[in-house]
Amino acid sequence: MPEKVITVQHLMKKFGGFIANDDLNFDVYKGEIFGFLGANGAGKTTAIRILSGLSRPTSGEVIVAGYDANKKPEMIKRNIGYMCQKFSLYEDLTVRENIILYGGIYGMKLAVIKNRVHDLLERLNFEEYENRIIADLPLGLRQKLAFAVAVLHEPKIVFLDEPTGGVDPITRRQFWEMIYETAAGGITVFVTTHYMDEAEYCDRISIMNEGKIVALDTPAELKRKYNAETVEEVFIKIARPVAPHTPLKGG
Amino acid sequence: MKRFLGFVKKEFLHIFRDYRTLIILFGIPVAQILIFGFAVSTEIKNAGIAFLDLSHDEITQKLTNKIVSSDFFRKTEDLLSYNDIDRAFKKGMTKAVIVYERDLGSKLMKEGKASVSIITDGSEPNVATLITNYTFAIINDFNRDMNRTAGNNSILIQPEVKMLYNPELKSHFMFVPGVITLILILICALMTSVTITREKEFGTMEVLLVSPLKPIQIILGKVAPYFLLSFLNVIVILVMSWLVFGLPVKGSLALLLVLTMLYILMSLSLGILISTVSKTMQQAMFISFIGLMLPTILLSGFIYPIENMPKIYDYVSMIVPPRYFIIIIKSIMIKGTGILFIWKETLILLLMTALFIGVSVRKFKVRLQ
Repeated sequence: MPEKVITVQHLMKKFGGFIANDDLNFDVYKGEIFGFLGANGAGKTTAIRILSGLSRPTSGEVIVAGYDANKKPEMIKRNIGYMCQKFSLYEDLTVRENIILYGGIYGMKLAVIKNRVHDLLERLNFEEYENRIIADLPLGLRQKLAFAVAVLHEPKIVFLDEPTGGVDPITRRQFWEMIYETAAGGITVFVTTHYMDEAEYCDRISIMNEGKIVALDTPAELKRKYNAETVEEVFIKIARPVAPHTPLKGG
Repeated sequence: MKRFLGFVKKEFLHIFRDYRTLIILFGIPVAQILIFGFAVSTEIKNAGIAFLDLSHDEITQKLTNKIVSSDFFRKTEDLLSYNDIDRAFKKGMTKAVIVYERDLGSKLMKEGKASVSIITDGSEPNVATLITNYTFAIINDFNRDMNRTAGNNSILIQPEVKMLYNPELKSHFMFVPGVITLILILICALMTSVTITREKEFGTMEVLLVSPLKPIQIILGKVAPYFLLSFLNVIVILVMSWLVFGLPVKGSLALLLVLTMLYILMSLSLGILISTVSKTMQQAMFISFIGLMLPTILLSGFIYPIENMPKIYDYVSMIVPPRYFIIIIKSIMIKGTGILFIWKETLILLLMTALFIGVSVRKFKVRLQ
C-alpha cells in the first residue's frame, strides 16, 4: 500500500445554512495524479481551500502532508505547492525575479534557488527568457513556468486549480507531460479541470456534485461502471446541472 | 524574516518598474512645490501704486518721484482721503497705497523723524510682501540720500506696514503643509489600496495566502515600501520648500517627523481598509479619489478655512483625518508650537489608526473563512 499524503474523513464545511462540502471521504497517495472534478458550484474550490490550509473544516478530519488542517494549517502551507486558474506570477517582474521571490517565500536558501533556476530554465528550454518580464511571455510559457515555480520547493503535494484554462491544445499536452514528470518524481498532483480529456490522464478521479463526492475511481473503472465510452459521458451521467438558486460561486 | 524581506524587495521592484507609480510618488509632489514656487513670482515690475499725500511738500514729492521712477512701480492715481483707499484697491490696478502723514516735511525737519504708511493688498500675499520689501529699500535709500545732502544723520522716515484683507498673510505658507497632507494621504491610501487589490485582481493574492507567509507579513510587506517612500517624500518636500521659499520648520523637527509618521501610518491603514472593501483596482482608486482627495482639498482646511464654513461642513470635516494633521503640521511648522497644544489632534489620529487597523483585520479574517 503506497503512502497516503492526503486523508479526508467526514469533511463538512458549512457557510451559515449552506453546506458546501457534505461528508467527503477520500485518500490520495504519494506520486498519484488525482483529478478532482465537478460542475461549477459543486464545492471543489471550498474543498481545495481547506486542503491547502486556507480555511478550516466545520467538522471532520483532514490530514495533508502529515499535518492536521484544523491544528497545523501553517505546516500544510509549507509542504504544498499551489497554482490557480488565474495567473499567479507577477507580470512586471522578470522570470528570474519571480522564481527567486517564490523560492524565498517558501524559505529556500538563495544559493539553492539560484541553482534550481538554472536547472529549471534549462529543462523548460527557457534560458533566453531568464531576464525578460513575464508580461512579454506568451500565455502557454507562463503557465508552464507557473507550474515549475509551484513545485520549485519540492512540496509533497501540488494543487493545480484549473491550470490549463485558456491554453492551446499543444501547450496543454506539454503541460501534462510536466505533470507526469512531476508525479514520477514523487510529488502528488491534485488537479481540478473542466477538460474531460485531461481527466482521462489522471490516475484516479473523483466527481463532486452538490457538495458530495458521487464517484471516485480510476477513469477505466468509472467508464466500465457507468457503461460509458469517455469520462465526459460518465461526468454528464453523474453530475446533474446545479440548481440555479445555489448561492456559492466558483467550482 | 528572510521570507518577509524577499517579499518587501518584490514590492520595491513593482514600484520602481512602473514609471507611473514613480511619477505619482515623486513627480507630483515635486511638481506641486515647483508650480507653487514659480507661479508665485519673486519679481515685481510696474506694480500699480497709489499715493495719499496729506502733506504735499517738497519731501513727499521727492519720495513719490523716487518710488515711481523705479521700474518696479507705476503710479495709478492720487488719492484725496483715507476713504479712497478701499475703492482704489477694489479697482484692482492698485497693489499698494503709500500714505504720507500730514505735515510730514516739517515734522521731519523739527523732530528728525516722520512716518510713511505702506498699505498693501493681502489677498495677494506674495505680491504684498515683495512690494513691502521694495518700498522699504527705496525709503531707506531715500533716507541715506537726504542725510548725505543735509549733512547730519538724524533725519529718518520710518515706513509702517499695514496689510489689508489678510493681515496674517495666511495663504502664503499654507500650501506647504497642505501639500504634504494631501500628498501623504493620497500616496499612502491610494497606493496601498491599489497595490493590494491588484494582487486580488490578478489572483496572486490567493497564491500568497496559500504560501507560508502570514497574512500580517503580506500586509506589512505591502505597506513597508510605501511607508519608507512617503517618509522620504516628506523630507524632499520640506527641503524643497526651505530652498525655494525659505520656509523653515519653526517648531521641533523631530516632533514634526514623528507625527508625520503617525499620519503616514494612519493613511496606510486607511488604504488597507479600502483594499478590503474593494474588489478591483478601479474601485479602490475611485474610493481613494472621491473619498479622500476631495474631502482633503475641500474640508480639511487646506484651501478653505474651516472657521468660515457653514456649521454642517464643520461637523462633516471632523471625520476627515487630514483636518487634524493640517492643524498639527501648521502648528509645528509655522507657529512653532509643541505637543502640548496639539495632543488632542494627535490622539484623534492615533484612535483613527487603531480603528482602521482593527476593522481591516476583522474584514481580512472574514475573507479567509
